[in-house]
Amino acid sequence: MSTRIDDRFAALRKEGRAALVTFVMAGDPDLATSLDILKGLPRAGADVIEVGMPFTDPMADGPAIQAAGLRALKAGTTLKKTLKLVADFRAGDDATPLVLMGYYNPIYVYGVDAFLRDARAAGVDGLIVVDLPPEEDAELCVPARDAGLNFIRLATPTTDDRRLPKVLQNTSGFVYYVSLTGITGAALADYAGVSQAVARIKRHTGLPIAVGFGVKNAENAAEIARNADGVVVGTALVEALKASLDAEGHAGPSSVSAVTGLVASIAEGVRDARPKRGVLSWLTRLVS
Amino acid sequence: MNKPLPNSFRAGPDENGRFGIFGGRFVAETLMPLVLDLETAYEKAKNDPAFHEELQGLHKHYVGRPSPLYFAERITEHVREKAEEGKGAKVYFKRDELNHTGAHKINNVLGQILLARRMGKKRIIAETGAGQHGVATATACARFGLDCVVYMGAVDVERQKPNVFRMKMLGAEVIPVQSGARTLKDAMNEALRDWVTNVANTFYCIGTVAGPHPYPAMVRDFQSIIGNETRVQIQEAEGRLPDSLVACIGGGSNAMGLFHPFLDDASVEIYGVEAGGHGIDVPNGHAASLTGGRPGVLHGNRTYLLMDDDGQILEGHSISAGLDYPGIGPEHSWLHEIGRVKYLNATDKEALNAFQLCSKLEGIIPALEPSHALAKVFELAAQKPRDHLMVMNMCGRGDKDIFTVAEHLGGM
Repeated sequence: MSTRIDDRFAALRKEGRAALVTFVMAGDPDLATSLDILKGLPRAGADVIEVGMPFTDPMADGPAIQAAGLRALKAGTTLKKTLKLVADFRAGDDATPLVLMGYYNPIYVYGVDAFLRDARAAGVDGLIVVDLPPEEDAELCVPARDAGLNFIRLATPTTDDRRLPKVLQNTSGFVYYVSLTGITGAALADYAGVSQAVARIKRHTGLPIAVGFGVKNAENAAEIARNADGVVVGTALVEALKASLDAEGHAGPSSVSAVTGLVASIAEGVRDARPKRGVLSWLTRLVS
Repeated sequence: MNKPLPNSFRAGPDENGRFGIFGGRFVAETLMPLVLDLETAYEKAKNDPAFHEELQGLHKHYVGRPSPLYFAERITEHVREKAEEGKGAKVYFKRDELNHTGAHKINNVLGQILLARRMGKKRIIAETGAGQHGVATATACARFGLDCVVYMGAVDVERQKPNVFRMKMLGAEVIPVQSGARTLKDAMNEALRDWVTNVANTFYCIGTVAGPHPYPAMVRDFQSIIGNETRVQIQEAEGRLPDSLVACIGGGSNAMGLFHPFLDDASVEIYGVEAGGHGIDVPNGHAASLTGGRPGVLHGNRTYLLMDDDGQILEGHSISAGLDYPGIGPEHSWLHEIGRVKYLNATDKEALNAFQLCSKLEGIIPALEPSHALAKVFELAAQKPRDHLMVMNMCGRGDKDIFTVAEHLGGM
């Protein structure tokens, strides 16, 4: 059974370019603005959308995403409302893959079966749950797979060759390679190290590899898009949104365009990262 | 509960770090290899006599163990005066407040620091609430020449100034945490963020019986010296085991240390006392996770948590910074559900009363944390016959709390 995520990565592979994966926090700074941003992302060039499920204690996130989650919670966002947000987005877009990302407790409290049923009905394609390593697969990963949702796992520089098979075992959709140890929003590691790591993971799996943590602009994105199957940008978008808010943290007139504008610019970087197909074959002929 | 009771209450956790459904390893992938390494290193140390010998040497000569088991004569008299004829248990204190650094926290810290040394880690991080675990960690790091970084909620930095100063004197870097509610849970989040970032050289010294496996079991093992000594000492003093045990619970390390060696002694009643704050009925006004919370997943384990209907973690409240935590060790959650330990709670006000009574009757200024346990000792002891032996863990001394207490009592 293929999902929107599988279809999208397959199509982009044919096009010969990497996917742009964009992260925004559900309900930041409020649910209406959040919906407008989601609607604008595909047009701006986002190929896959990650929607953060706000949580009070995001222990793997840096200050920017922590603050985004707290703004969303302050605006009254709950897991139920996040699923409604996805359904509202899905009503106008049946093609763009959408992944929910967050922490386990709100899902556990919602009830795993009820959550999977409602997430699938809302049009969610995959899940990233930061605090569920493979050792806890029975909790959500396996039930999600059985419910037809992808469970996307993070691989990190500490995930060595011995551990990778365990991490990849029940992973589907794509692999999210976290390009450095640390919290979201930290500076990017060296690009050569990233491309080596991508090659290393590819020796273990045929799944697409998206790389995240530290991508700020079109240049960073282009560097990563040369070798990876996807580029994840999150903190930079959250920061751009925050900069557009008024003193009370409410949305301003430019809040939506602050995010979509940055996405458009990064999308260009992703699209220009590799030589076009035609150019490539011309170059190949020239060399031989 | 329809489930059959286990043959032993002391067998957990299982190979997945579970006590029943509680516990586990709910951490980001970055930390998984570290948590697995720690488990391997701890298993190895646990079976190495040289490790225990080194730890015992430090307990004796550096900490001052064994801590005395003290007959609290005037508190016993006080209880008997107020109790019905023939009632009023004989109350003993396990004097862990006499340890070097003034609390039970050092028992666990020394174990973990010796383990960190074995693992070749040079940088130690810790979270702290009241500051007792931070002080103990800073102390052990000074003793062994290790770098020490302590995360402490900005609110706690303010209300526990003497301990902040002590940590700095001992050479530790104290980082006030400004995120979230700026108390113990946020300090733990920040310590986890540090660990995720500095995986290669850093050892995370967790201060209580919570966190991902193997921490709950490892910290319990290091704290079990409290119960093991008590077992020997009460038999020397009275020729038999105690009839009941009482200890306060935030994360629950001092309680687990006292309780664990007695879990399979069916005759021993066991009471844990959570922080009732302004009262259990006051929304978000207490820190009693078992009484007022329900199961959830936070900080690497499944356990009882204070949270709202959406699974968002509440801040909780207690006059005691050491009990002000929205979770509890997973083994306590399990002992609660199977009914082996009875969990009560004491309010801020009850703890303050106990604090004053203990100071005046015994010449012991208790920390606000064990003052919660003591508040329930007054109630429980009054209902028991005079030949009932009750042991309470006096897990910390109150020097750090005198300003907080003065503020609540309206000045000195």
